[in-house]
Amino acid sequence: MYEKHIMICGATGCLSSGSNQIAEALKEELEKQGIKDKYRLVMGGCPGFCEVGPIIVIYPDEVFYCRLKTKDMAELVEQHLIGGEIVERLLYKGPDVEAPARFYDTIPFYSKQKFNVLRNSGIIDPESIDEYIMRGGYRALKRALQMDPQAICDEVKDAGLRGRGGAGFPTGLKWGFTNKAPGDKKYIVCNADEGDPGAFMDRSILEGDPHAILEGMLIAGRACGADEGYIYCRAEYPLAIRRLKTAIQQAEEYGLLGTNILDSGFNFKMNIKEGAGAFVCGEETALLASIEGKRGMPRPRPPFPAQVGVFGKPTTINNVETLANIPLIVREGGAEEFKKVGTEGSKGTKVFALAGKVRNTGLVEGPMGITIEEIIFDVGGGIQGGREFKAVQAGGPSGGCIPQDLINLPIDYDSLTKAGAIMGSGGLVVMDDRTCMVDLAKYFLSFTQKESCGKCTPCREGTKRMLEILERISEGEGIPEDLDTLDSLAHSIKDSSLCGLGQTCPNPVLTTIRYFRHEYEEHINENYCRSGICKPLFQYVIDQENCNGCRACVRVCPVDAIEGEKKEPHEIDQELCTRCGSCIEKCRFDCIMITRVGSEADVGN
Amino acid sequence: MQEQTSKALSNFEGKPNEVIPMLQAVQDETGYLPEEAIRDIADLIGIPESKVYGTATFYSQFYFSPRGKHSIKVCLGTACHVRGGMQVMDALERELGIKAGETTADFKFNLERVNCVGSCALAPVVMVGDNVFGRLVPKQAKEVLEKSDPEV
Repeated sequence: MYEKHIMICGATGCLSSGSNQIAEALKEELEKQGIKDKYRLVMGGCPGFCEVGPIIVIYPDEVFYCRLKTKDMAELVEQHLIGGEIVERLLYKGPDVEAPARFYDTIPFYSKQKFNVLRNSGIIDPESIDEYIMRGGYRALKRALQMDPQAICDEVKDAGLRGRGGAGFPTGLKWGFTNKAPGDKKYIVCNADEGDPGAFMDRSILEGDPHAILEGMLIAGRACGADEGYIYCRAEYPLAIRRLKTAIQQAEEYGLLGTNILDSGFNFKMNIKEGAGAFVCGEETALLASIEGKRGMPRPRPPFPAQVGVFGKPTTINNVETLANIPLIVREGGAEEFKKVGTEGSKGTKVFALAGKVRNTGLVEGPMGITIEEIIFDVGGGIQGGREFKAVQAGGPSGGCIPQDLINLPIDYDSLTKAGAIMGSGGLVVMDDRTCMVDLAKYFLSFTQKESCGKCTPCREGTKRMLEILERISEGEGIPEDLDTLDSLAHSIKDSSLCGLGQTCPNPVLTTIRYFRHEYEEHINENYCRSGICKPLFQYVIDQENCNGCRACVRVCPVDAIEGEKKEPHEIDQELCTRCGSCIEKCRFDCIMITRVGSEADVGN
Repeated sequence: MQEQTSKALSNFEGKPNEVIPMLQAVQDETGYLPEEAIRDIADLIGIPESKVYGTATFYSQFYFSPRGKHSIKVCLGTACHVRGGMQVMDALERELGIKAGETTADFKFNLERVNCVGSCALAPVVMVGDNVFGRLVPKQAKEVLEKSDPEV
C-alpha cells in the first residue's frame, strides 16, 4: 500500500519543459530520505495546463504543484511528503487568483471545464489496465456485448454524438451504415493522424488514456460487425504508439482483445499502423490507401468506406476523440447523461487545444456551446502581455478566423460553420494585434498547398495561384483586383475539389477577407502592414523622445543593427535590420514603433 | 549498408501493405533510403521499383540522401508561427549558412521545418534530437547549436 500517489505529467508539453528531469530528481530525493517505497511515482497523462508545466499532482491530497524545477524537489519531499504541509511557494499563482490556488476547483483555468474525454487523463497511470478498469473501464464493452448491434448504433445516435475529427457526422448513423453493409469481413479504423498544426488533443488522449480508445473501437466493432481494427497514428507520436502497444498487450492478457472476448463469442484483432507524414492522410479515403501501402491519395465518394473501405471491405473510420466518448455513452444510462451537456445540435463536450498569444495555453475540455470569450478570457486568462485580442483561428488550416466582435459566439458545429470557420479538430490559436491577418492566411495556404496531394486540379493548381497572390500582397506588390480574384478562386476550389482538404483550405482566406478586409486593403493600397509582420511593408523606429537608453534592445538584436550610447536614445540601422521583432518584444518602455517604410513621424499602432 | 537493409527487412512477409513499414524500418536502420533499399523492397514484394519509389516520395518522413549528425527541427505549427517561429528559422539559417531542407557541408546539421510538435505552450520551439528548446528568440540560435554539438 502506498501512502501517496505522485502523478508527474509525462505528456509532451511537460516533457519538453523538463518533467523527466523533475521525476529523476524526485526519485533521488526519496531514495536519499529512504522513503521511496511509501510513494508511487507515475508518469501520467496530461492535466491540460501546459503553460505552467512541469506539473505534479499529489493524491489523495489533491495538491497541484506547477512550474517546478529540479531544485524544488528537496523542499517538496521534506515539507509536503514528510512534514505534511503544503509548499505554498510551488502552488499556482497568477493575476487571476488572489491567493496561491491548491487544486482544480480553485484554479480559474479549470473552472469552466467539464471532463468527459479527459476524465482519466492525469488521474490514472496510462500504462495500467487495472487503474482504467477501476475507473469503470471496459464496463461499457461488457454491456455492448450483451446488446444487439443495431441497438448500440441507435443508442449512440440517440446520444447525439457527432464525429470529433472535423466534419461532425453523426457517429451512430455512420456505424449503422457499416452494420447494414453486406459482407462478412469488416474493419474499424481509428484516425489518429492528427495533422493540424496547433492541435494536440488526440495525442494527449492516446498518451493519457489509451484503453479508452481500445474500448471505443471494440464497441464500434461489435456495433458494426467488424472483427479487426487499425489505429493509424502519426509516426511523430512515439510515446502514444508505445502506450497503445502496451495497452493492446494488456487487453490481450485480460481477454479483452482476441478471440471469444468475455465469453461472448465476439473476436477482435487490433493493429497499429504508423503514418509517414502526409496531412492529406487525415482524409478518410487517403488514410485507407495509406493503410494498404499506397500513396495516400483520396478517391471520390461514393462508394463510401462503409461500403468499400480498407482492402475493399466495409469500414468505419472514427477519430480518436470520438472513440474516447464511446465508453461513456454506451455504459448503463450513459447516453442520457451525455445528452444533458451541450447545445441542441451538438451534444457533449469538446476538447480544444488552446495556443497562440493567450496567457494560459493548454488542453481545455468544455461543454459544447461554451463561448469564445469564456475559453479565451475565463479559462485562458486573456491575452499574453495584456495586449489586445484580435481574432482566434478555429479548426486549423481548414477552419477560419473569428474576430473580436464575435467573442460571444458559442462554440458548436453549427455556429462555427455559420461564422465561416469549422470545428475541425478543435485547435484554437489566439491572435493579438501583432498578428497580421494577410500573413496568417498566407501561412495556412502555404501549408495546405504543400500538403495538397496533387490528384485533383482545383486543389493542386488553385491553391498555388491563391498562394502566389497572397505572397504578392505581403510583399507590397498587390493590386486592387486581387481580392476579387482570391474570392472567386476560393469558391471554385471549395466547390470542385475532390476531398476535404481542398474543399476547406480556402476558409482561412475567405474569413480573413470577410472580417479583416481593411488589412488587405492597407497592404495593397498603402504598402503598410500595421501588425509589423510582412517585412517589406513596415520598419521599426525608436521613439527618440522616450528611449532612455537602457540597451536591452541592443543586446537582444541578433544582427547588431541597433546603436547608441548608454542612457542616450538608440537608433536602428534600417539597412541591417532584419525585422525579426526581438527588440519590440524586449523593450519595456514601448519605445519601439512600427511605422510605414521611410517615414519617421507617421506612427502605426 | 546492404547488411543493414537486409536486417531491417528480415521481419517482413512481403505483403503489398507492408511497403510503408518496410521503408520506415530501413530508414530507422540507415538514416535514409538508399537506392538499393528501394530495389530490395520491390523485389521482396514483387512489384515494380517505381511503385515503391512513388509511395516513398509521397510521404515527407522519407529521405533519399544522407543527413546531418544532428537534425534541427524548427516547429512552424500555427502557435509557433504566430509567436515568431519564422524569425528563429531565419536566424538558424543565417548561423548555419544553409536553407531549410538542407544539410551543412560537414554533415553536422540539417535544418528542417516541421508542423507542430505538440509543445505549443513553449512556442516558438526548436527540437534537436530529443531535446526541446522552447520560448526562443532569434538571438538564441547560436546557443541552440552550441548546446547540440560541443564542437560548434
